[in-house]
Amino acid sequence: MHHLDATKPRIIYESVLFFSRGGAELLFNGVKEHHVTLPSQSEPWDMKQLLVWIQRNLLKERPELFLQGDSVRPGILVLINDADWELMGELEYQLQDRDNVVFISTLHGG
Amino acid sequence: MCQVDEEYHDQLERTDVLRGCFKEYFIHKFRAMLGKNRIIFPGEKVLLAVSGGPSSCSMLSQVQEGLSQKAHKKLRFFPGIVYIDEGGAIGQSTEERQRTVSELEVVFKATGFPFHILPLEQVLDLPSSVVVMALPPLEQPPSAYKAAVDRFNQTCGSDCLTPPEKQKKSLPDVHESHTQLLQQLIGSAKTLTAREDLLNTLRQHLLVYTARTEGYSKLMLGDNCTRLAIKLLTSISLGRGAQLAQDTGFSDSRYGDIIAVRPMRDYSAKEIAHYNHMFDVPSVLIPSLETKTSEKASIRRLTESFVTKLQTDFPSTVSTIYRTSEKLQTVCRSSSTDDHSDRCLLCLCILDTAVEKASAFQATLISEQVSQTLFLGPGIPRQNSGPERPASAASAGQCRSLSGGEDCGRATSGGSCCSSAKETINLKSLLCYSCQLTIRDMSSVDHLPLYIMSEAQRRQRRSQMRDEISEFLLNDGV
Repeated sequence: MHHLDATKPRIIYESVLFFSRGGAELLFNGVKEHHVTLPSQSEPWDMKQLLVWIQRNLLKERPELFLQGDSVRPGILVLINDADWELMGELEYQLQDRDNVVFISTLHGG
Repeated sequence: MCQVDEEYHDQLERTDVLRGCFKEYFIHKFRAMLGKNRIIFPGEKVLLAVSGGPSSCSMLSQVQEGLSQKAHKKLRFFPGIVYIDEGGAIGQSTEERQRTVSELEVVFKATGFPFHILPLEQVLDLPSSVVVMALPPLEQPPSAYKAAVDRFNQTCGSDCLTPPEKQKKSLPDVHESHTQLLQQLIGSAKTLTAREDLLNTLRQHLLVYTARTEGYSKLMLGDNCTRLAIKLLTSISLGRGAQLAQDTGFSDSRYGDIIAVRPMRDYSAKEIAHYNHMFDVPSVLIPSLETKTSEKASIRRLTESFVTKLQTDFPSTVSTIYRTSEKLQTVCRSSSTDDHSDRCLLCLCILDTAVEKASAFQATLISEQVSQTLFLGPGIPRQNSGPERPASAASAGQCRSLSGGEDCGRATSGGSCCSSAKETINLKSLLCYSCQLTIRDMSSVDHLPLYIMSEAQRRQRRSQMRDEISEFLLNDGV
């Protein structure tokens, strides 16, 4: 346990990540639903960091099919609490406790 | 997407209102598409081709919505569902295939519509009538649609639509040997582009056959706007420019008696993903030949990558391509439907290869011919290239025989030109330009199903016969 800084409340990011509908789950061993607890840090987590974390910890294969540069590959829809992340600031959006993030690949299937 | 929806979406208290707004818009678009085109008459049997993917499952859900009792302006046709299991072609195990089928069966049973589940292997047993364009139904005047609707409403009203006898056909057992044959066939194409094309062709044949035998007059396909935009550009790269209108338009009448329609063509992939997520439309993920392939694995993959990347910076890309495709129309040449030699053996579109001297097609033939001549080299005796020494570009490729498609100019094969064999089939003359390219990509045409080869033989014999008696035929204007 890290020593708690008395001035800043410790935020535990407990989120549910879904990689569903459309093939994104294929890159995560077919697992659609992930409950994750992000390690605490002094700065709030944003989506950009989350993607890096996902790549390091969850992504099983073919990173180029999920990520492109800093962001997700074109064709992958990201919903934060059922809202398109474009409305929430995309990479700059700061995560809150119990946020639901869904990644839907719109390219696969028809 | 509804602009209001977008802007206030994250305000929780308005979520229900906005979900409703989006749902209405989504449903309305489907009805409007069908109503505007007036192709599906009341009481018709319509076969929905569901692949398990988000678009076709969304289409299924829209049909359910449209037929439900409480619908405003109910849809008035009888739907059936067909799913083609292509697991054999992509190397899935029997257990995996059965698992997918079971998941889909649950979805299909919940709709209450009759459904048919077929393995792609059945395509090997099709009759050759499937590649022959059937007689189209009698031309209806534009007023016929309104009259039919009025008549339907008068006689039946809304109570009349009781679904026909529910038939459940789950996946029949597939012989291992059939699966191997199928895999050999797909495997004989060297590039992923050709394999995809071949797979599409076979799937289409099986869909049309099913529609015909089960008595459906319309086939609904789930292609969405994004897919069709990609398909448009891909088709151009594949040499299917002449067939663009039929490949991407709302209705496709190449089969004659069955008309294929694409009611989802106005929806972007993103809209469908949002709708499916919001309203829990079930779909089943089924891998395809292109799953997890790299960006440059096939022409289609490359085009898809190009379009989707462009779309992120220029969000009107897909809709612009779509609007362009709307302007395409089929040119109705007045070829009689009896004369089947006018149509491509595989894709059933009108042949685009009977063109004049100064055309792009002739140019490709000439460069092909020139590169063959260079390959032959000076030392190889010319006689081996056979009597069909290409004097005119039109006879280029005559030496391509049934067995192997190899240029018989290669001296090592020895002997005379292989076209001296009695039953050599010159497939190329029966195919449109892009289907020729696909066949050319195959290492051997021996694996093509019997129905294709026997129809090819039949057409070639007719054509030869016609040439023989051409002097005695009365021609208009001769």
